[in-house]
Amino acid sequence: MTPHEQFADDLALYALNALEGENRAALEKHLASCPECRRELEQLRGDGALLALSVTGPKPPLRARQRLLDAVAKEAAAQSRAQAAAQTTSARKSWWGWLGWAATAAVILFAVSLWKENETLKRTLASGRAQYTQTANELEDLRRIAAPIIASEAQRITLVSLKTPPQPQGKAFYLKNRSSLVFVANNMPPLPPQKAYELWLIPVQGAPIPAGVFKPDAHGSATVVNPPLPANAEAKAFAITVENEAGATSPTMPIVMMGAGE
Amino acid sequence: MKSGDQRAVGELYDRYSSVVYAVALRVLGDTGAAEDVLQEVFLQLWRNPGAFDSARGSLGAWLAVITRNRAIDALRRRRPETDIEDVIVSVAPDLASEADRSRAAEKVRGILSAMPAPQRTALEMAYFEGMSHSEIAGKTGEPLGTIKTRIRAGLTALRKAFQA
Repeated sequence: MTPHEQFADDLALYALNALEGENRAALEKHLASCPECRRELEQLRGDGALLALSVTGPKPPLRARQRLLDAVAKEAAAQSRAQAAAQTTSARKSWWGWLGWAATAAVILFAVSLWKENETLKRTLASGRAQYTQTANELEDLRRIAAPIIASEAQRITLVSLKTPPQPQGKAFYLKNRSSLVFVANNMPPLPPQKAYELWLIPVQGAPIPAGVFKPDAHGSATVVNPPLPANAEAKAFAITVENEAGATSPTMPIVMMGAGE
Repeated sequence: MKSGDQRAVGELYDRYSSVVYAVALRVLGDTGAAEDVLQEVFLQLWRNPGAFDSARGSLGAWLAVITRNRAIDALRRRRPETDIEDVIVSVAPDLASEADRSRAAEKVRGILSAMPAPQRTALEMAYFEGMSHSEIAGKTGEPLGTIKTRIRAGLTALRKAFQA
């Protein structure tokens, strides 16, 4: 005796895929919440299988076996080729994606952050020799590009219009998803002793985030490279204030320099 | 069978191809079409061996049901109605060996021939011709309710007699 007599006939039909229309919809709805009927359905399908098993007939032609094995071998080969291709393509794409998108600033930032992550990268790259060679070469190229900007011994020349006196200027290059920041300043006015400039990341929401304390050199130039920053901070703007040498956790007005993204 | 294990496909084929082919041929009545279904069923199994859970019953019975479903779909030129994974069949005997299967086949044939003809016909129409209950009613001129009852009674009779 089936648990739900009103469905019993329909279950049998359903087991043979012979139930249609609203009867079928109603039964499927019932089955969704009735494990007993689902079990009975399994039983009935098994009973139907007996019908299938009762069938006798000629054996399949001999060539069918080889045809199957050939098809399987072909698919297996295609699968491993596809897997290999997908791996190479995705690796290459992500690298060239960087270079394609990057303005010079982003390239430099990337190089700087790679510089810092050198040890980690070497370990990862060691696992893929071909990738390592390619990536290492590109890394060298980037290092060469970044070096003049970052190295303390590099000469800094600021070109300004002859008509107006030199204005303080700062450029910030920020890579959110790597929390990488490079800031370069020129013509910064000298500060009284025990004072320093502080750079701030102005997020879309929330208080300004400290992004490095710096003092200009004798020529008014300064650099800030990869200060500690919270992950994925969305920058609306950057600003500079004058603070005590040790830096501050929140900006002291007035803001002396500011810029939003280009 | 692990996916990609090509040797295993050969072994399963040797064991179950006759069931699969026989069912396909019975439904389709055409050797070429039956061979295509045979190919498709084993390829599907190789692609997705996880579809069959051996804890749930007999692989032979499962293959027979899959084959019958695929063959019916081909016969009626339908898209496959059920996913290969959806079918869970719990039939006690494994029927792996030829001998087991012959014995079981004979037993079932005996039960079928002992059945009242209208009951047997309704079962076969539904099972091997993939007709819906309304189509069977239309063809036999019998009321819908009668067809439903007959099919259910037929399956019950098969179950009882086989378990006996």
